[in-house]
Amino acid sequence: MTKNENTDIVICGVGGQGVILASKVLATAALLQGFDVKASEVHGMAQRGGSVLSQVRIGKEIFSPTIPLCKASTCLSFEELEALRYLPYLKEKAMIVVNNKRIDPLLVELKQAKYPENVIDLLKEKGFNVSSINGEETLKEKGFPLKALNILLLGVASKTIPIAEEFFLTAIEKSVPLKTVEINKEVFMLGRSF
Amino acid sequence: MAKQLFSGNEAIAFGAYEAGVHVATGYPGTPSSEIMPALIPYPEVNIEWSVNEKVALEVAIGSSYSGARSLVTMKHVGVNVAADPLMTLSYTGVKGGLVIISADDPNCNSSQNEQDNRHFARFAKIPILEPSNSQEAFDFTKEAFSLSEKYKTPVMLRVTTRVCHTKTPVSSEGKRQEIKIEGFTKDPSCYVMIPAHARKKHVVIEKRLLDLQKESDASSLNYVEKGERSVGIITSGLSYQYVKEAADGEWIFKLGMSYPLPINKIREFTKNLEKVYVVEELDPFLEKELIYNGIKVEKRDKKFYLGELNTERVMEILGKKDAVLEGDKPEKIKDIPLRLPVLCPGCAHRSVFQVLRDMNYIVTGDIGCYTLGTLPPLSALDTCVCMGAGIGNAQGIYKTKKDERLVAVIGDSTFVHSGITSLINAVYNKNKITVIILDNRTTAMTGGQPHPGIDQTVRGEKTKALDFEELGRALKVDYVKTVDAYQKAELQESLEIAEKTDGVSLIIAKRDCVLLKKRETSKE
Repeated sequence: MTKNENTDIVICGVGGQGVILASKVLATAALLQGFDVKASEVHGMAQRGGSVLSQVRIGKEIFSPTIPLCKASTCLSFEELEALRYLPYLKEKAMIVVNNKRIDPLLVELKQAKYPENVIDLLKEKGFNVSSINGEETLKEKGFPLKALNILLLGVASKTIPIAEEFFLTAIEKSVPLKTVEINKEVFMLGRSF
Repeated sequence: MAKQLFSGNEAIAFGAYEAGVHVATGYPGTPSSEIMPALIPYPEVNIEWSVNEKVALEVAIGSSYSGARSLVTMKHVGVNVAADPLMTLSYTGVKGGLVIISADDPNCNSSQNEQDNRHFARFAKIPILEPSNSQEAFDFTKEAFSLSEKYKTPVMLRVTTRVCHTKTPVSSEGKRQEIKIEGFTKDPSCYVMIPAHARKKHVVIEKRLLDLQKESDASSLNYVEKGERSVGIITSGLSYQYVKEAADGEWIFKLGMSYPLPINKIREFTKNLEKVYVVEELDPFLEKELIYNGIKVEKRDKKFYLGELNTERVMEILGKKDAVLEGDKPEKIKDIPLRLPVLCPGCAHRSVFQVLRDMNYIVTGDIGCYTLGTLPPLSALDTCVCMGAGIGNAQGIYKTKKDERLVAVIGDSTFVHSGITSLINAVYNKNKITVIILDNRTTAMTGGQPHPGIDQTVRGEKTKALDFEELGRALKVDYVKTVDAYQKAELQESLEIAEKTDGVSLIIAKRDCVLLKKRETSKE
C-alpha cells in the first residue's frame, strides 16, 4: 500500500533553534525531487522557548499532515531531551541525528523535574541508529555561524533521505537570505560528509 | 506553472490576490497571522492591520459596499469580537465579494479556548468553505469570492491550525483577475438596517439559505469517492486527510462546502450504505445537521469533541483501533520533563511581574506574551479571559472592596484592541483601579506586527503614533506615568503613588521587545 511507502521525518528542538527553517529546506528539496510533501509545524505561544516539532512527510501522495505513531524513519533533534520526547513517532531502528546539547527546561532549573541522564546511550540501547554530533562545537571549529546548526544537522541526516544532493542545495538557495546562501551550502556539505 | 510550496495561510493570500482582492484587513492572531504579510508584496491590494477584528470587518464591509473584493483575516476568537457587524452584514449582504477567514485552533496551540466557528456561520446564516490543504485553501478562496458575489452573502472560509501551518504544494495560474470597482450606490433599503428594512431582509436571507443549499448540492466542492464496502464516511476540512489515511474500502463523502449541507446529495450517498460515520474535528456540527435532516449516522464518542484529530483517533472513530500500528510498539520514555513556553531572556515583562509578585498584587490580565507571567517562577498573573478583559475584571474585583492590592496589566497592542473603552469605564464609574500598559512597542506573541501605538503601518510606512500618556490624560485618568520597565524601583515607586491616588491610575511600563530588537539587527 502506498501509504507506508512514505518517508516520514521528525524535526524537533527548542523554540529559536531553527527547526522551522530546516523543515522548509527539506520540504522544498522534496518537491524539487518530484515528491508530494507536507511539512507541518507549530507557531505562536509554543515558540517561546517551548518544545518545537516539525513533521515532514514525503512520498507519492501524502494525506495526513501529521505522522502516525511508529512511522518516521528519521529524526533530527536539535537537543537531547527533545529526541526522547518524540520517540513514539519513530519506527524501530530509525535513524536519529541528535545534537549533543542539553537545554534545561524551566521545570528542571526549578528542580521540579529531572533531566534524564545519558540520553545518547539510552537511544542506542533502544536499538535506534544514532548519529550524535556536537553541532555548535563543529561550527565554531570551522568558523561557521552557530545559527547554521539547522543546516548542519540536515546535512548529516540528508544521506538517509531519498533526495538528490543538488535539490537540497537548490532548496537552500530558495530558503535562506541571499547573503548566507554560500555559507549554508558549505555547512550542508560539511554535515553530509560525516 | 510549476508547483510551489505554500502554507495554508500563504495559499489563502495568493488565492485572494488572484481573485482580484482589492482590500484586506485583519488583526493578528495565531494561526491566522501570516495571511496579511503574504500580501505585502502586492501594491495593488490595500492592506491594513486594523485595531481589532470588529473594525477590520467594518472596514471590509465598507469596501464591499463600494464594490471592492474584500478579505478579512482573524483567529477563531477574533470572530467573537467581529460578531456584532457579522450578524447584520448577513442581512445587508455584500456587493464586492467579502470573505472572512476564521482560523480555528483545535488543541489550543496558542489560544484561550477551542471554540468551533462553524457555529458562527450557521448563526449568521452564511456559507462555510473548509479546505483540507494549501491547494484547496488557494482554490476555495477564489471560489469564496465568486460565491459571495453570486449570492450577495459574506462567506466564511474556515481553516484550522494544521491547514494554516502546513506547507503543501500548490499550482496556480499565476494571473490576477482584474475586477473594476463600481463605487458606492445609495440604497438605504439594502444598507440601512432599521427594523422596517431588516424584517424584509430576513426573508431574503432565509430564501438565500435555500438557494445556497441547492448550490451546495450542485457544487463540485462536495463529492463522493467510491468505496468497496457498504460503509460510508462523511467528512470535511482537514479531517478528510486523516480519513484518507485511515480508510480502507469505505465510501467517502468529501465536503468542501460544509454549510449549508448538500443534503440531497448526502441522502443519495447514504441510501445503500449500512453504516455511516461522520469524521469532524471539535463539535458534532455535521452530525447534528445530518440527524436533524433525518439521516442516520453513527454518533461519535464525546471524547472526540476535544482537541485535534489524527490518524490514530480517526481509526478509533471508525472502529479500527488496533489496525493503525499493525504490531508496531511506539517507544515511550517515562517522565520526560515538560518544556513549557517561557518569557524570553531579557524580556521586560519579567521585571514588571517580579515587582508585582514581590509586592503581592492581584493581577488581572489578558492575551499576549505576558499571559506567560502566570507560569512559574513568576506566577504573577491571576486572570486571562479574552483580549482587554483584565481592565474590566479589575473593576469588578474593585467593586467588591475585598482586595486592596489590585492591578490590571495589558499589552500595548491589546490596549488599543480593546482596553481603551474599558479604561473610560473605570474613570466614568469611579472604579479606582491601576492599569499597567506593558508597552513593548509591538504585537509580540503573533510575530511582531506593528500597531497604532507605533509609527508604522503593515507595509512599514510612517504613520502617526498614538501617545498613551496623552490619551490617559484626555480620558481624565488621575495619575499617568511612564516608566522604564527595567527600572524596578521606579515602577515600585509609581505603584505606591498609584495606590495613594484617589482615582484611576495608568502606568506605562515601556521597553522594546527583545525579539523586535533582534529582528532589526538581523535586517541591518
